[in-house]
Amino acid sequence: MAVKRLVELATTIRSKNAGVNSITFDIIFSNPDNYMMVKKSGVLNKKTIAQLFGIPEERIISFVEFDPANAIKFTIRRVKPSGSPGETDIFGSQQYAPLLDLEIRLDEQ
Amino acid sequence: MLKEIKILSPTGHLGFTPLEKGSFLLGVSKEPDYIVADSGSADIGPYYLGADKPCSPEIWQKHDLELILGASRELDIPMIIGSASDTGTNRGVDQFVRIIKDIAKENDLHFNLAYIYSQQDKNKIKQILNEVRIEGLDGFEDLTPQILDRTDTIVAVMGPEPIIHALDNGADVIIAGRSSDSSIFAAPLIWEGLSKATAFYAGKVLECASFCAEPFMGKESVMGYVREGEVIVEPMHPKQRCTVASVASHSMYERIDPYYERVPGGILDMSECIYEQIDYRRTRVTGFKFIESELKIKLEGAGKVGERCICIVGFRDPYLIKHIDKVVEWSREKVEERYSTNSYQLYYHLYGINGVMKDLEPIKNPSPHEICLIVECVAETAEKAKEIATLAARNTFYARLPDVKGTAGTAAMMSDEAILTKPAYEWTVNHLVPVSDPLELFEIHFEEV
Repeated sequence: MAVKRLVELATTIRSKNAGVNSITFDIIFSNPDNYMMVKKSGVLNKKTIAQLFGIPEERIISFVEFDPANAIKFTIRRVKPSGSPGETDIFGSQQYAPLLDLEIRLDEQ
Repeated sequence: MLKEIKILSPTGHLGFTPLEKGSFLLGVSKEPDYIVADSGSADIGPYYLGADKPCSPEIWQKHDLELILGASRELDIPMIIGSASDTGTNRGVDQFVRIIKDIAKENDLHFNLAYIYSQQDKNKIKQILNEVRIEGLDGFEDLTPQILDRTDTIVAVMGPEPIIHALDNGADVIIAGRSSDSSIFAAPLIWEGLSKATAFYAGKVLECASFCAEPFMGKESVMGYVREGEVIVEPMHPKQRCTVASVASHSMYERIDPYYERVPGGILDMSECIYEQIDYRRTRVTGFKFIESELKIKLEGAGKVGERCICIVGFRDPYLIKHIDKVVEWSREKVEERYSTNSYQLYYHLYGINGVMKDLEPIKNPSPHEICLIVECVAETAEKAKEIATLAARNTFYARLPDVKGTAGTAAMMSDEAILTKPAYEWTVNHLVPVSDPLELFEIHFEEV
């Protein structure tokens, strides 16, 4: 079974504020086949994301498969609102790195 | 044939960096019916709203306003600016009104100006709180008088109605306080008789200008061609395209849910949107719906936490790096010996370990060859913040570890100084207040310029 990393399959992997208290993650595929493969692989869901970031599942407040844009999207609640004392990513824009190396097992047709 | 309305969107945040003139003038040459631009954001953190300061230099704000006002007067079409001067506070509205009047004077322009205040008096919100529940959004607890006491500045986020009221009264130039991004675009479309579904979808897709096109470019203009039930988007920059993917994916940008967008008075339902590439550079969207709901207005507020000071320190000895938690522990203990822990907040940002991701960092045992530590202290006075940050940083230099070889100092001080930064603020208000009249929290003024 072939294995690919998410960074090889997706065109955009980003994170950004969604409101002042959440960070939303977008994984966008330009190739619909790649999107379907990742979607079907079951590697991305609330449980696996919680494990990846080492947080309780309750902090993942949303998980959406967004077919019109060939995209998978999820949102993590911040510990404190953006820009509070002690916070180091005001825009939430550098939280996506752990997704890059996620391994996706591809079905061999 | 249904009436078509053209809206030009030149920038996603007016003044943040100057808008690009080339694509803007191309857009103007296509004779839009309205020019609409948002100038604010909560993205910039709580400081600017709390301290009520702009985050953009006035020279860039004037640059953008001058181009838009010039085009609006030349074509004799209305211009609408939302969330004036980053925060949308009264200061922001007054500043933009002053700039607009200066430009008018310099260029001998005459028009009807409307400006809309959205800043809220804390005591007024306290009175409202006596009568209704003000619910917290996105994990915030419901509003209490205690939260309001910790808040310095509050704005209400207007929907389209105050802007429609200004258009009804013949305004050519509208400077609005804090406004929902999509509402400033929806307002003229609703005023023209279009449905809220069409108007808010157009606003949703146009609000960030060239962000709905590809390749990625900021500050380039985008045109929306809007008819009832249909929105066509076209980038004005010749090297950009609005594709099905770029337009669809914009609906998820900075939002939790790509299918539903909450706006004042309802929800924009994009779950059955149909995206079609009508030619190489334009995409048409249809199928949006609008679900009416109880009218609630969003309140945003921020308050000062204290004065803030930082120190920058580095580590290179692998033994120290391996035991960096012990270095931090030593430093923290030395501070705690002298200061009561409830009188300050002290953070150790370890770049190279988890400075960027903190609790979300999955790599628990990194082995960097060097570490940058930023000590951050927030306390009631600048002097105290400085003392504590300095004590914390200097004690990383004196850390007592059993096997350390470098007995002349266990840290590299970038410079032995504590840097006083802007004060620390926090978001305190992120709430929804029910209202019976969409104009009731806003104050609309008219003036002939």
